[in-house]
Amino acid sequence: MFDQSFEQLPKGCGVGYKPQHFADIMEGAGAVSWFEIHAENYMGDGGRPLAQLRHLAERYAMSVHGVGLSIGGEGDLDQDHLNRLKHLVGWLNPASFSEHLAWSTHETHFLNDLLPLPYNDKTVQRVSSHISQVQETVGRQMLLENPSNYLAFSDSDMSEIDFLKEVAKRSGCGLLLDVNNVFVSATNQKMNAVEYIDAFPLDLVGEIHLGGHDEDVDDHGDPLLIDSHDQPVVNQIWSLFAHTILRGGKKPVLIERDGNIPPWDELEGEAAQALDIMTNVKAAA
Amino acid sequence: MTPDQTDFTEALLRPDLPHPENLIDHAGRPAGKRFDVYRNNVVLSLTEALETSFPVLQKLLGEQFFGAMAGLFVRQHPPTTPMMMHYGEEMPAFLTGFEPVEKYPYLPDIARLELAMRQSYHAADATPIDPKIIATLPADQLMAARLDIAPSLKLLRSRWPIFSIWSAQTNGTPMPEAPSGEALIITRAEFDPAPQLLPAGGATFVMALQAGEAFGQALDKATTAIPDFDLQTTLGLLIAGNAITAMKTGDAQ
Repeated sequence: MFDQSFEQLPKGCGVGYKPQHFADIMEGAGAVSWFEIHAENYMGDGGRPLAQLRHLAERYAMSVHGVGLSIGGEGDLDQDHLNRLKHLVGWLNPASFSEHLAWSTHETHFLNDLLPLPYNDKTVQRVSSHISQVQETVGRQMLLENPSNYLAFSDSDMSEIDFLKEVAKRSGCGLLLDVNNVFVSATNQKMNAVEYIDAFPLDLVGEIHLGGHDEDVDDHGDPLLIDSHDQPVVNQIWSLFAHTILRGGKKPVLIERDGNIPPWDELEGEAAQALDIMTNVKAAA
Repeated sequence: MTPDQTDFTEALLRPDLPHPENLIDHAGRPAGKRFDVYRNNVVLSLTEALETSFPVLQKLLGEQFFGAMAGLFVRQHPPTTPMMMHYGEEMPAFLTGFEPVEKYPYLPDIARLELAMRQSYHAADATPIDPKIIATLPADQLMAARLDIAPSLKLLRSRWPIFSIWSAQTNGTPMPEAPSGEALIITRAEFDPAPQLLPAGGATFVMALQAGEAFGQALDKATTAIPDFDLQTTLGLLIAGNAITAMKTGDAQ
């Protein structure tokens, strides 16, 4: 029902859409040139959520970000849910569609969290075949997002980056690079975040996420960062983002905030900062 | 055998179980508290979803009690689909069987009301008819007409004064003193569902209309049950709530 004028996300800054910001956005979104929605919140039959979405999609490029497909689940994908996703994507005609490298459904239980996977060939096969099924059903390419890791698996035998590259090769999917997740995972696993970005296949990245996290410690007193999306973007993440742009060039970048939602101006301010970094880093490069 | 997602799921929902043994930290030590991040996320995010769905229930029970009860509920009834907007459908049945609240027998119906509010919020849109069409129709044609009712309209009948309880918690009106039954409709004039107290006989009338019976038949049923049934008020609520979306007069005599 929407026209084809937003075939891809602009290489500018988007914000995760929250209904409380609707009136502000309609008065002008400032530095923000696109919006991302969580697919599952827009799978009702009507009412305010879909009415607001219609208004947004008439003015801005949209990205549909799924949080419930359970791409990494051991069982089959939920066909009913996949059909709902197909319906939403068909109706909205978004410029981008993405999901997570995670699982959330086991048998009939939906656990409402992004749960971790061991990195080995068995998981590569399962994830690749699920993504192929999703892309065939929805009729477009999917971007797969790197997770936040709190722990590791003794049955992993490959790196996360090798895993993502192999899945992208087999399924033809693109990647979504969440810079906050890189920082969280690197800190939690005592790895170097810059080296991770340097090894990442940035040519496959169709979108970048920036967000905030909480700080805790594990049983041994080591830092344990938690991907909470309820804090502003911190300096280390801005630096890592600048480094990413320097390496990979301009990309559509999203300010992601799901909890402790601030007034619109604050998110727009973070979007302006991201845009500023993207412009200046490019100039310096 | 390596633990799989069945083991992971069981350990997530049961804090008394040990962590799956294939979960480790960067140094190869058992994951310990790192696994608890997932346990906490699951219970907290589902509890938050219940708080969003059942604000009046939370007020009636108090935040602390509601939170503890939600912790039990989410482990017994994890969601069965990723459509979190409908999470909590088992809440009325759960409350009926939950001993600590057995002194408050109206709570399951309050939960039904709050579930119906969400269903109404997400229901399909429908364009209301011009109320003048009803007002200007000759009486015999009106009696033979069948009305379409908006998908966002929800009807609830209770042995308890659930409208008055809901209103007291939401709008600060006085709590009801007598435990008399109430019936209500939830209408969505535009985007915000609003419960409306029905006069006696109103539920019979609305239910007959929803079942596709003619206006006259619905009126007969209501006046048989309640001889002084207040049609004007009931019809007024339907019209003000944009709940009548079509009128078919084709079979008028």
